[in-house]
Amino acid sequence: MADVHIISINGVLVVTLPAVTDDGTAERLVEQVGARLVELAARAVLIDVSNARIIDSFLGRVLGSLAGAVRLLGAEPVVVGMRPEVAITMVELGMDLGGVATALSIEHGLAGLRVRAGRRM
Amino acid sequence: MTEQVPQTLRIDDEASLPAVRRAVDEAGRSLGFGLVDQTKLMTAASELARNIVLYAWDGKVTIEHSAGAGRRGLRLTFEDGGPGISDLERAMQDGYSTGKGMGLGLPGAKRLAHEFFIDSKPGIGTRVVFVLWRR
Ligand SMILES: Nc1ncnc2c1ncn2[C@@H]1O[C@H](COP(=O)(O)OP(=O)(O)OP(=O)(O)O)[C@@H](O)[C@H]1O
Ligand SMILES: [Mg+2]
Repeated sequence: MADVHIISINGVLVVTLPAVTDDGTAERLVEQVGARLVELAARAVLIDVSNARIIDSFLGRVLGSLAGAVRLLGAEPVVVGMRPEVAITMVELGMDLGGVATALSIEHGLAGLRVRAGRRM
Repeated sequence: MTEQVPQTLRIDDEASLPAVRRAVDEAGRSLGFGLVDQTKLMTAASELARNIVLYAWDGKVTIEHSAGAGRRGLRLTFEDGGPGISDLERAMQDGYSTGKGMGLGLPGAKRLAHEFFIDSKPGIGTRVVFVLWRR
């Protein structure tokens, strides 16, 4: 796995999901996001899955553990950019993301965070 | 792109999975599947191929066209010579996993399929057939 692409927008991290193939790369993903989160004291992490053509049970589990780690570090995880065909397939597969917030796009995700924080960024 | 169907690919570690997804993607496209069905095909293929990697370590998938009653579709046959599944009924239920999975691969792939067959013999291996018809 190449280094995870992470940018920071006003205290919010935006993580672009890399090609995660096995447990090893999944662990490195969580480590790298965790390190940046702590370094920047981010209050939320948008996980951009718009690159993912499929989300199978393995990738779903990776997303779930990433979101869980983000929460444990005191930030809010939001999955953004899921393709409609991926969402439809996930439902049929029987998978949910265990209550992780989702948003249509990075923009919508940021707007939602602003509303929840009850202040302007 | 050349249409290579039928085609058999070996599945023996995680590195085999992208090739399986790519081959299924190409075969599905050449049959003219829509985006949602294409996503279902690739997701199911990913589940069934990963099961071979995780539980049987070595196996193969055969990708071929399927025709009948005026329809055309794609048939994926996953075969391995692994340990087999002792309680197939339980393995087909949501949430049953002997590993650290969510236990969704088999029941989920069945829900994604138009036709689904599984046959497994302890000590001999497992065979899963997944068919999706073009709508
Ligand atoms: N090819 C196989 N050979 C042997 N056992 C298998 C095979 N495929 C599945 N199994 C068994 O059936 C169980 C259920 O499989 P299933 O794919 O539904 O869930 P999982 O792989 O455990 O988790 P998930 O797919 O949600 O990540 C597995 O835990 C495993 O014990
Ligand atoms: Mg599985």
